Amino acid sequence: MNAFKLHSFPGIRPIAVLIFSFLYIPIIVLVLLSFNQGELTTVWQGLGLNGYIEIWQDPYIIQAAKNSFIVALIATLVATPSATLAALALWQRQSDDRSIIASLIGLPLLIPGIVVAVATLMLFSFIGLKLSLFTVIIAHSTFCIPFAYFPIKTRLSKIHFNLVDAATDLYANSWQAFWHITWPQLLPGIIAGALLSFITSMDDFIITYFVSGPGSATLPVYIFGAIKRGISPKINAVSTLILGISILFVTVSYFTGRQAQR
Amino acid sequence: MNIWSSLTINRRRQILLSPAILFLLGGIVFPMLIVAIVSISRTADYGDILWGKLSANAYIQFLFEQDLDERKIFNLDYIFVFLRSLKLALLTTFGCLILGFPTALFIALQPVRRRNTLLILVSIPFWANLLVRLYAWIILLRDGGGIEQFLHWLHLKKDELGLMYTSTATAIGLLYAFIPFMILPIYASLEKIDWRLVDAACDLGANRWQALRRIITPLALPGIISGCTLVFVPTLGVYVIPDILGGSKSLMIGNLIHLQYTSAHNWPFGAALSFVLLGLTLLGMLMCRFCSKRTGKMYECV
Repeated sequence: MNAFKLHSFPGIRPIAVLIFSFLYIPIIVLVLLSFNQGELTTVWQGLGLNGYIEIWQDPYIIQAAKNSFIVALIATLVATPSATLAALALWQRQSDDRSIIASLIGLPLLIPGIVVAVATLMLFSFIGLKLSLFTVIIAHSTFCIPFAYFPIKTRLSKIHFNLVDAATDLYANSWQAFWHITWPQLLPGIIAGALLSFITSMDDFIITYFVSGPGSATLPVYIFGAIKRGISPKINAVSTLILGISILFVTVSYFTGRQAQR
Repeated sequence: MNIWSSLTINRRRQILLSPAILFLLGGIVFPMLIVAIVSISRTADYGDILWGKLSANAYIQFLFEQDLDERKIFNLDYIFVFLRSLKLALLTTFGCLILGFPTALFIALQPVRRRNTLLILVSIPFWANLLVRLYAWIILLRDGGGIEQFLHWLHLKKDELGLMYTSTATAIGLLYAFIPFMILPIYASLEKIDWRLVDAACDLGANRWQALRRIITPLALPGIISGCTLVFVPTLGVYVIPDILGGSKSLMIGNLIHLQYTSAHNWPFGAALSFVLLGLTLLGMLMCRFCSKRTGKMYECV
């Protein structure tokens, strides 16, 4: 075809290598140092699990981990069904009020996190609700809805109405058509949405920081406080564990998505 | 089941939508109304909100300060905080674009299997907890940290670098946190390009840089615009990254808002600042939407 290699641009490979190293060097350093024996965080003193052992002896970390998990689980269990129902409701042939409701669902993504945080804090202060794990759960359930909604909506948009119509023609009632046609095809989208909302909830710092009361700190809030006090082998270990969980989730959701495509 | 079938389609939709709508109205729309009201409310001496006592004090405080004679003097301090945030957001967007575009192009030019692997590699840090990623950077940036040790080992530098708690550290953190938001949308538009167009351009005598400038870049423009939006808009209100890596030296909008709710205990001012930030965010989004409409038009012309 052509004399020179068309689809290559000198200079982009080094930049890509630079960016991938930039993305991974901090992570690799963190993981390596979490297995450092001894109290010093940056000087290598041999392989050890001290940091991990210390985690089990720290009731605050255990409590924060429990809180994070409870909040993310309940927020996911609230947000995913709400988002699924909303997606199904908006899965219609053209209708009028769609765009207003669709933009309402996208609203938490539009408003800066810090603004959502202060607004939520003011809401609880206005209605006189004391800050606790409950207020954190309410806040998370709200902002997780769009994160659950968009993957479900995308999946739903790929399902053809013709199939549902065909089922109805073959004397399925609307429930049978839903359970046998729509639901199995929608499920991967729901799983992806649920995973996304779980990670989003586990990851949130700023909103939780504003609306968590005493004893309701989540892992990000705990890490924030710990960072302010200085770094320690224990925090290396906690961070590595959280990192591991995130990677596990991304991989699972990636393979769920791929299986759905087949 | 029978009751459900007897309902009109509109009624069914309303029922299906109600949980999500209730949460969003109660958890976002109503709180935003409270912010609006607080921003125009007066406070009592201890900082409590006096509901129903309206005042524009918070917005006036943004532009003016009172001197001892109670005269109002034009005050640029808060404007500077906003300008600083704006500058940082622009720099971050530019940095992400300059480094993200070549990376996205590199990924798009790989064989399909490797492309997928590289995409997962880009998205993993983006999914990992932000606090954890920032913590990893502290380990590298702080005095006696990874970067310093590395440079000492290379005998390049002997003294302390003092990287931590500077705007350089904030910039590194922002670039790290937001570069996937640039790479992924640009890759998405590059992936759709019909590379035969590039071949055709080259057959007609274009060299690869001309093809990059006149074929690839215009076709990738939707991705570039959405990437810039995804980086610019959240960077404006960012709180955690400057707080952790930048120390308290340079105040950003997000940190200024947080201050009003903690030490300053001035909720109306915090609410007013939130609204100004929200306005700026919406403006940024509208501008990007305007740009993408214009590029859309451009395609129609071509």
